[in-house]
Amino acid sequence: MAEANFQPTRIPGFATIAILAFVCLYLPIFTLVAYAFNAGTSIAVWEGFSLHWFGKAWANEAVKDATLRSLTIATVAAIIATSVATLAALGTTRRAGFRGQTAIYVMINQPLMVPEIVTAVALLIFFGMVKTWTGYQGLGYLILAHSAFCIPFAYLPIRARLEGMDLSLETAANDLYASDWQTFRHVTLPLLAPGILAGAMLAFVISLDDVVITEFVKSGGQDTLPTYMLGQMRRAITPEVNAISTGLLGLTVILLTAFFLLTRKKD
Amino acid sequence: MSEIAIEVRNAVKAFGQGGMAVRALDDVSVDIRKGEFFTLLGPSGCGKTTLLRLIAGFESPTSGQILLDGQDITHLPPNKRPVNTVFQSYALFPHLTVLQNVGFALQMLGKPKAEVAETARQMLALVKLDQMADRKTSQLSGGQQQRVALARALAPKPKVLLLDEPLSALDLKLRKEMQVELKRLQHETGITFIFVTHDQEEALTMSDRIGVMSAGKIQQIGAPREIYVRPVNRFVASFIGETNFLPVTVSGGHVTLKSGIRIAAGNTHRHHGDFTVTVRPEHVRIVPRDAEGAIPATIRDQVYFGTDTHYHLVLGDGTEIVARQQSRTATESGLMNGTTVGVQFAEGATRVLEQ
Repeated sequence: MAEANFQPTRIPGFATIAILAFVCLYLPIFTLVAYAFNAGTSIAVWEGFSLHWFGKAWANEAVKDATLRSLTIATVAAIIATSVATLAALGTTRRAGFRGQTAIYVMINQPLMVPEIVTAVALLIFFGMVKTWTGYQGLGYLILAHSAFCIPFAYLPIRARLEGMDLSLETAANDLYASDWQTFRHVTLPLLAPGILAGAMLAFVISLDDVVITEFVKSGGQDTLPTYMLGQMRRAITPEVNAISTGLLGLTVILLTAFFLLTRKKD
Repeated sequence: MSEIAIEVRNAVKAFGQGGMAVRALDDVSVDIRKGEFFTLLGPSGCGKTTLLRLIAGFESPTSGQILLDGQDITHLPPNKRPVNTVFQSYALFPHLTVLQNVGFALQMLGKPKAEVAETARQMLALVKLDQMADRKTSQLSGGQQQRVALARALAPKPKVLLLDEPLSALDLKLRKEMQVELKRLQHETGITFIFVTHDQEEALTMSDRIGVMSAGKIQQIGAPREIYVRPVNRFVASFIGETNFLPVTVSGGHVTLKSGIRIAAGNTHRHHGDFTVTVRPEHVRIVPRDAEGAIPATIRDQVYFGTDTHYHLVLGDGTEIVARQQSRTATESGLMNGTTVGVQFAEGATRVLEQ
């Protein structure tokens, strides 16, 4: 029986290609992390092990400032995007199919379809107009922009979770004297929680990572960690950038691991 | 007569629109008495689950009314009806413990915590699961989940309990146990049970009364014995148990087979014309060919079932019928295939069916 099945692993060269793919994926990242511990000033010549650059990055006021701003934007944007995405997911799954449902899906997922650079330019022009009308120069523009492009990333896991949920549970709650609100509060929400958390974390990571839209939307002195690093690259490149990247990588890995564990748990 | 718990008046439920509409329920009226075990029996798609969902409030009828204790509840949402459901899939809340599941309804009704826990424990004791109170529902077997679902639906002491094929997921042995258990619970709580099933044996053994449904209509309502012995039409006769159908002509109170042989039937006075007579296999007797009033028949085949043997017989007019006889001992057996014998119908066992 088993030998009748198609097994891609038996195709000649399978192992070679697989290994090559993994090397391409991970070798640059390992190099980056390794040179973060370089004692010298070069990102290409190894001169011994040191934590010097981590200390330097940690003491750098500009890095601290950008990191704080990145975390603020990512946190607020993730909360807004997840709230909106939860409502959108409930609205698109907890009712009978309706005319134009596909159009709604496409509209919700717009940030996945429209090239990011187009959105960035559009936001630059639009927010430029708003700035001249209102005179407001704050972080609000970045937060709004990040919230918007994070919505589909929060929406997809939440919707997947809702679609996998047994509808008869909500019917049963309603039958057992729960009002609509009580049903949502005591049955839908607790069962949806892993999806919501996963969506929020994904949105957070996506926001933390963004360069293109941030670069176009930010005002002077509003560098986030990625745009700060981009700015540094244009001047002298030191292993400090490696150290910052390694820190960012560590944070992302922790969040994505948590994301994985949370989504896997109840299935 | 006893009081009426649920009264369904001319309920129609149509799905779809205009010319495409399908009537899942077609002008159904039924009275369900207080404290009775009432079964809706029918094949899948007959409308029995739709009727149950109308009573629960998960659907509203296209037209017609539903009354509970004389009060119109047609447009009340499910959470405002003192009616609870045991779902086919059980629908237990996976994020709550067994005790929390059973106490859910009382919690939603805003009862004090102590009372919720106390009642939930009593209900768990009633279904003999008091040891499992703090488990998650996923740690229970199918039969135990079934009991939790029952306890959860009974905890708020509903006026009517609706059961949607609750035993269909259980294996045969467990199903038999739960049938007894359900009867006991109904007896102890005194709550009106409305039970939906497609299993005619389940319906016959458990119910006080049965409503047989087909094609969105109730075909017959009656006690199990009445439905089995006096089916009103061909559908009811064939759906409940096994039976034989014989084409006959009725005229002037006489029932005549196609071969011209006159047979006795209890209910002929209203009929005139070509009809069908039903007679159960256990009411067909094989007698010597020259016995008085015997209809000649040829044994075509016989199937041995242990206690019983089924004889497949062909009558003179070509009609095939089955006779069920208690199996004879090997030495006694004298009925060979191909033998011509006589057939008699037990007195009162033949019924002329309405079309």
